[in-house]
Amino acid sequence: MRKSRWAAAAAVAAVVLSACSSATPAPTQAAGIVVSDPWIKAADSGMTAAFAVLENTGGGEARLVSVASPASTLMEIHEITTTADGNATMRPKDGGVTIAGHSSHLLEPGGDHLMLMELTEPITTGTEVEFTLTFADGSTTEFTAPARDFVGNNEEYQPGHGSEPAPMDGASAAGHAHSHGS
Amino acid sequence: MAGPAHHRLSRRRLLGGGAALGAVGLGAAGLGASLRDTSPLTTTGGDTVPFFGEHQAGIATSPQSHCAFVTFDLAPHAGRSTLAGLLRSWTQDASRLAAGTPALGDTEPELAALPARLTVTIGLGAGTFTAIGAERQLPTWAGPLPRFSVDRLEPAWSGGDLLLQVCADDAVTVAHAVRTLSKSVRSLASVHSVQRGFRRSRGSEPVGTTMRNLMGQVDGTVNADSAGPEFAEQVWCSDPAYPWLVGGTSLVVRRIRMELDTWDELGRTARELTVGRRIHDGSPLTGTTETDTPDFAATDRFGISVIPPSAHIARAQPAHPQERFFRRGYNYDDPPDAGLIFTAYQANIATQFTPVQQRLADFDALNAWTTPIGSAVFLLPPGCRPGEYLGQPLLEGL
Repeated sequence: MRKSRWAAAAAVAAVVLSACSSATPAPTQAAGIVVSDPWIKAADSGMTAAFAVLENTGGGEARLVSVASPASTLMEIHEITTTADGNATMRPKDGGVTIAGHSSHLLEPGGDHLMLMELTEPITTGTEVEFTLTFADGSTTEFTAPARDFVGNNEEYQPGHGSEPAPMDGASAAGHAHSHGS
Repeated sequence: MAGPAHHRLSRRRLLGGGAALGAVGLGAAGLGASLRDTSPLTTTGGDTVPFFGEHQAGIATSPQSHCAFVTFDLAPHAGRSTLAGLLRSWTQDASRLAAGTPALGDTEPELAALPARLTVTIGLGAGTFTAIGAERQLPTWAGPLPRFSVDRLEPAWSGGDLLLQVCADDAVTVAHAVRTLSKSVRSLASVHSVQRGFRRSRGSEPVGTTMRNLMGQVDGTVNADSAGPEFAEQVWCSDPAYPWLVGGTSLVVRRIRMELDTWDELGRTARELTVGRRIHDGSPLTGTTETDTPDFAATDRFGISVIPPSAHIARAQPAHPQERFFRRGYNYDDPPDAGLIFTAYQANIATQFTPVQQRLADFDALNAWTTPIGSAVFLLPPGCRPGEYLGQPLLEGL
């Protein structure tokens, strides 16, 4: 009895809500996104990665589906997974990154990150790189990430189906770090 | 009168403690525990010093317990944009660390959680001005120091294109800040040297107590009050010829090795005549308290100077009013050496610091037990606001 009354009330509320949202334009997914602490791993050529905290201040879910930057001809949203043999590898994240309402998602070394697959020019430490995030509803938001020297995030690259970038060259990543050491 | 006042304070404190104990009526066991723990420890790791402001932090800041003076060599390819990026990175990350926030890409964010009054002060050496083609912005008074006869300078402790002066009340905080700020710009600059130093731990003695060096001397008595006008005049640059440096200062860092094995051979009287101050309270031989003005003309009944003309404080005495600078030194103890990381901050090196150092090099009784083994000069740009970076006016013009 009590339960069904609650259910009815919820149904009414849902109708009211949807009525409201159809009356006034729904805020976009991107509108609720606050990007903080962005940074990008400096690199001379090839691939590199960018990181940030994505906070969804909106009540609804936001789904990041693509990312673009003038610094790279191709970008992917990556995740790190562990293969059957126990090695960590990175690969494109199916469906992008979903951020529930009023929650944050961390893009960090060793976790989900924004991958620049083919740099158009060297990214030097201390310079800043622009990014555009596109969400499932087509809305976009931009941010700028300063570059830092960083030796992590060197997981092996495992291309997803259909994409064909060269595997990340672990030796060249190490060489990069080495050439910058001392 | 600091000595007697201190004794009175101690007696009163002791009486107060005894009265409290009497009221509670504790036995001998309680008394012992109470005397060991006279005051509760307070956690201070969360304390912060603002990074942004008119001047860089770490100069007027009451000295923290630990320091690292880290010098860097710029990468051979470094130019104006490189240096701008480097200073932007350091400003961003140092301001975060000073607030207890991990740096960008911080691999040990937990170590950043306790800033413990962390300050990061950035300095530019002559090599930086060459690298960016701004030699004319390097003040004429900030060129290489004269060669002093006492110097036995080692390249490892001398020079450097850039400086990070990192200070905090916690050695772990200092180590983390140095590592983080060094590795995140390793493609632009490589570490030339690291001088780590220390003072008494925070809380061991009242704030403002003049430090003691490892020779046991009270070291740094004649220092301006960092909140007063004398300090501002001494330290902050105001020369309109170098607009980018207005509100900044200059730093001379000298690594002074102490010959403690031979110093050990001296008795207390000889030690006091060498310096011109009493060991136990730092008072001049002609005075009774640390802050008494030394009377260099005073003689004993035989007509002999009470403070020998060769004593350290006699030789260091300013010949002109402008021959003063601000010291904020630290001890070092890196076997087999121990000594002092001497630091002098001043608005003009040539008129304020060099004449004094020249006199001491020419003659100072203390020289028999001290050897300068490192020396470097840096310009410390003024402070900046959030969104700006330190040194921006130099790199981007005013």
